[in-house]
Amino acid sequence: MHDFVSILASLDSPGIYLGWGAFQIQLGNLIVILVMILLFVLALFLPFPSGRKRK
Amino acid sequence: MSLREHPGTNTDPGATPEDADYHTWTGKARGWLLRRLPADKLLPEDQPSYVASWIYVFGMGAIVSLVFILASGVILGLNGPAWYHVSDLGHFVNSVHLWSVELFFMTMVVHLWGKYWMAAWRGGRALTWITGMGAFLVSIVTAFTGYLLQTNFDSQWIAFEGKDALNAAGIGAWFNVANLGQIFMFHIILLPLAVGAVVALHVVLVRMHGVVPPLEAAETDAQLQRGAQGDTGEAGR
Repeated sequence: MHDFVSILASLDSPGIYLGWGAFQIQLGNLIVILVMILLFVLALFLPFPSGRKRK
Repeated sequence: MSLREHPGTNTDPGATPEDADYHTWTGKARGWLLRRLPADKLLPEDQPSYVASWIYVFGMGAIVSLVFILASGVILGLNGPAWYHVSDLGHFVNSVHLWSVELFFMTMVVHLWGKYWMAAWRGGRALTWITGMGAFLVSIVTAFTGYLLQTNFDSQWIAFEGKDALNAAGIGAWFNVANLGQIFMFHIILLPLAVGAVVALHVVLVRMHGVVPPLEAAETDAQLQRGAQGDTGEAGR
């Protein structure tokens, strides 16, 4: 029983945390924020494929 | 009284909704809707040329993600946790639900950034902006209840951390994160309906007012002139 609980507890590990002074963030959250910023910048600068002629 | 003689029935094929003389609340409601959202604005065949930019894609990306969330959520709800916690297909659908939520929030946040930096509340679009913010806030509450329903140590931890904040806000007695049955009903019925309704209203408002033009677009732009006429119910006829 003890082994079963310890296996379940390991599946719920808190993840990797990064910290700079008082600021702390989980790696997964940081990746999501960076991906959103990357998507935003790419959306502004990547050319949009030209489809059929628009009005 | 025959149908033809009814005061709300205008059989003139050239008549506009404003011409009709409505006397019933259904007729008035129909006229009000048709003036603000004629069929060519609800389901347009073309968009203005400025929409041909990747920054205009993320709103639709959020809607597609929401469709995946709702579809996978229906499957999860029909089969229950005893299925999605143990079977391979259950794990897959559970993961589709989670990752659709991740995509929903990512696309919605990039959509929010794009609209914020182009001041998308311009041109009578304040309610469109407000409903967008409403959709964002209701979605956060919905996602929170979803995390509470994982039925694992993670959800237990989130519930017993979150209860203090909710009690401090004075709503813990009505929104009890430790009450799995209540949170389950919020997550699968009330909040999805709220998200769906707010998002639907948001999309209808976008169609009524048209997609917001870029800041640098000149006010004399022919496309914007057509859009401005459309807001008064006289566009493109």
